[in-house]
Amino acid sequence: MEPGLYHLLFVSTALFFIGIYGFLTRRNLITMLMSVELVLNSVCLNFIAFNKYLWPNKLDGVFFTVFIIAIAAAEAAVAIAIIINLYRSHNSINVETAEEMKG
Amino acid sequence: MMSGSTIIFYLLAAMTLVSGLLAVTSRQIFRSAIYLLFSLLGMAGLYFWLNYEFVAAVQIVVYAGGIAVLIIFSVFLTHQSGEELPAPVGNRSLFSALAAISGFLLAIAQVYRHSFETTNEKSVEATVSEIGSRMLATGEGGFALPFEVVSVLLLAAMIGCIVIAMRSKPEMK
Repeated sequence: MEPGLYHLLFVSTALFFIGIYGFLTRRNLITMLMSVELVLNSVCLNFIAFNKYLWPNKLDGVFFTVFIIAIAAAEAAVAIAIIINLYRSHNSINVETAEEMKG
Repeated sequence: MMSGSTIIFYLLAAMTLVSGLLAVTSRQIFRSAIYLLFSLLGMAGLYFWLNYEFVAAVQIVVYAGGIAVLIIFSVFLTHQSGEELPAPVGNRSLFSALAAISGFLLAIAQVYRHSFETTNEKSVEATVSEIGSRMLATGEGGFALPFEVVSVLLLAAMIGCIVIAMRSKPEMK
């Protein structure tokens, strides 16, 4: 059977919940950030799949994906700056040690 | 007999999902970052498979080239090599898996029960020139405003990163 929209939606749904699972189990800020990246990627795949199979006469899904990637890059950069700063002051990047974030 | 395109799709999907699963379960944080990199590359392969070359190139440049390298460097800065992450406490991994699996089944059941309607209009090729002219168009199907907003957001994020990284402890002055 030729792979189509449903196959891509299966992949993106599975990746979304893999990211959710990682976000719930991990207690380390960098690994939690990695789980969030997986969730954002699955959303991008959803947009691309809908654009390809349901609205091939438009490019809206492609643009949403490009903007999501740009915003994800900004988010990752700010998150990692905060994580490194937290490591400097607390010497740990566990979420339980990061109860107070006042510098 | 499956065609080559079908086999490539299943290989890319398996690579994305398996390395994504390993990225969230591996106890070595560096390996987990490398698995994330492979998952992002599998995603880029899926975009290539769908003939969206521009999005695939952006995915490789920004995610695999930028974010993955940033994450690997921050792992180097904050972890000792060979150090293992602690296992999830108590029943947390069991209940998280239950929540994720039930959410997945619920979502996928909804997706398969829904029949999507396709359009019959002429499809647009997602070439770089087409994307570029729409990115700066202001009329129907143009994305000039989001483009400008994202550029302001990136500037704000850059300034924010510099401010966060520059802040030093008062006693160190």
